[in-house]
Amino acid sequence: MGMTIVEKILAKASGKASVKPGDVLEPEVNVAMSHENAALVINQFNEVFQGTGIEPKVWNPERIAIIFDHRVPAESSKTATNQKKIRNFVKANGISKFHDIRSDEGGICHQILAEYGYVRPGYVVVGTDSHTTTHGAFGAFSFGIGATEMASVWSLGSVLNVEVPETIKVVVNGKFKDNVYPKDLILYIIGKISAQGANFKAIEFHGEAIRNMPMSGRLTLCNMSVEAGATSGIVPGDEETARYLKEAGVTDKIENVLPDADAKYCQIIEIDANEFEPQIALPHTVDNVKPISKVDKVKIDQIVIGSCTNGRLDDLEIAAKILKGKKVAEDTRMLIFPASWSIYKKAMKQGLLEIFADSGAIIMNPGCGCCLGVHQGALGDGETALSTTNRNFKGRMGNPKGDVYLCSPATAATSAVTGFITCPEKGVN
Amino acid sequence: MSKVIYIFGDDISTDAIYPGRYMATVLPTETPQYCFADYTDLNKKLVAKEYPAGSVLIGGNNFGCGSSREQAASTILGHGLVVIAKNYARIFLQNSINLGLNLITCPDIEAELGDEIELKGDKVINKTKGKEFSTIPLPAARMAIVNAGGLVPYTRKKVVELYAKK
Repeated sequence: MGMTIVEKILAKASGKASVKPGDVLEPEVNVAMSHENAALVINQFNEVFQGTGIEPKVWNPERIAIIFDHRVPAESSKTATNQKKIRNFVKANGISKFHDIRSDEGGICHQILAEYGYVRPGYVVVGTDSHTTTHGAFGAFSFGIGATEMASVWSLGSVLNVEVPETIKVVVNGKFKDNVYPKDLILYIIGKISAQGANFKAIEFHGEAIRNMPMSGRLTLCNMSVEAGATSGIVPGDEETARYLKEAGVTDKIENVLPDADAKYCQIIEIDANEFEPQIALPHTVDNVKPISKVDKVKIDQIVIGSCTNGRLDDLEIAAKILKGKKVAEDTRMLIFPASWSIYKKAMKQGLLEIFADSGAIIMNPGCGCCLGVHQGALGDGETALSTTNRNFKGRMGNPKGDVYLCSPATAATSAVTGFITCPEKGVN
Repeated sequence: MSKVIYIFGDDISTDAIYPGRYMATVLPTETPQYCFADYTDLNKKLVAKEYPAGSVLIGGNNFGCGSSREQAASTILGHGLVVIAKNYARIFLQNSINLGLNLITCPDIEAELGDEIELKGDKVINKTKGKEFSTIPLPAARMAIVNAGGLVPYTRKKVVELYAKK
């Protein structure tokens, strides 16, 4: 019987000829990623070895990636102390894929993994971050785990008791309307299937709109697959995957893992890329999605552009094009978080940061803090944010008395100028 | 026998269980203080130890959706609470199993605040309502972790075997 991409990857990683949904495996891990929560992983890792008489040692320091991004630079002494503890561990264990708080190597973990070419098609990737689904954009099986599970991976090099998920096939035919972006597509899909529509399942993306989509957009799609509950989003590797990895400096041969023609899917969803307009997720669940024309004239106090979802160079280019020569509305503030320092510097060279600064937007350093309300950009009581990030749960942006709406960078930039939720004009890109 | 102390709706996120702004706190000994911090009354009573261990939280669909933060499991575990929900999000379910937090999956559960609940075998009994509800047991692979006392001892055993071979 034919296999889906995830089934093929898991079979290979477990040394089996074939697997089917529900099989329990111990796949070998290619990349194990953590951020500041590595502090907790270290605790649990030491616990594992407690009383065994064996010296705690990670299985393979080349396969572990640690990136500081959630609270950078440290917002508290507690965080700074945890970061120090992690640095010491990194040194002691010779972990090579470490990205400290530096403008020559730093950024948000999911962007760093992509930019540095750490993920290849066919890999098994785990991360102590739910948005680890992002790396399915490279045709990898990539999923989020907790700190204790990561401690187990660091000890053994495999993930224990992984159940092979069923796969939903999403086929996106045709072309987008010209003010519609990959972010609108993933919001549209989540709105259709709900926040639990893909629980315990993988989503494979296919169709003309996906084949024509640059890696940047594929990363956005897979990033937010977890908001439909998916274990992983996944895009089959193709020429675009090879192009991106080559640019990232990868020289070894790329071997794409593609689904069999007779692969079995638990559900097939067909979408015409032209059938929807820009989408908005309303408070307080990501599946509370409406087309922008059905959203009331909501006044916005804070616009946020950036994050692992939409902080890449093309996102900033779109925002700059809209903001050029314009001002952020008087009663609105705007924060921009590039997804990495590499993107920050490219945006600087292209003059995008100057456009943002002239418009009144604040340019922040790359990081996750604002999105999850742990570091800068908190909302006041009764305030409303419109954000290109990935979650709008109650309290998400640091205040349970605030509202968060989600949208594409084009919608966010257009709304920054008017001060209320506004549909981007056609032809802006 | 335990009382229902709170009833939640669907899609209760890990931000609701353990708000992001407390994520710098990671140790299981410290996370209980922020349990459901934005549900101010519930949090106050939990921190004041007004609810005995075994007290029951009722959840709807997709309980624990969102982040991979393990604090969401350790904070509930720290208060010794039992969660009975229709179903759970994947990472939260796995984190709970890994730490030894008992999550009961009970698709048809009916309960109101203050109801007396008893767990008996694979049944949830609502004594107040005089009704019994079936539960869905964990798959065998996950039960193996629960039976080992959590993922740390489960992994420890594997590590010892692995190094014995070397």
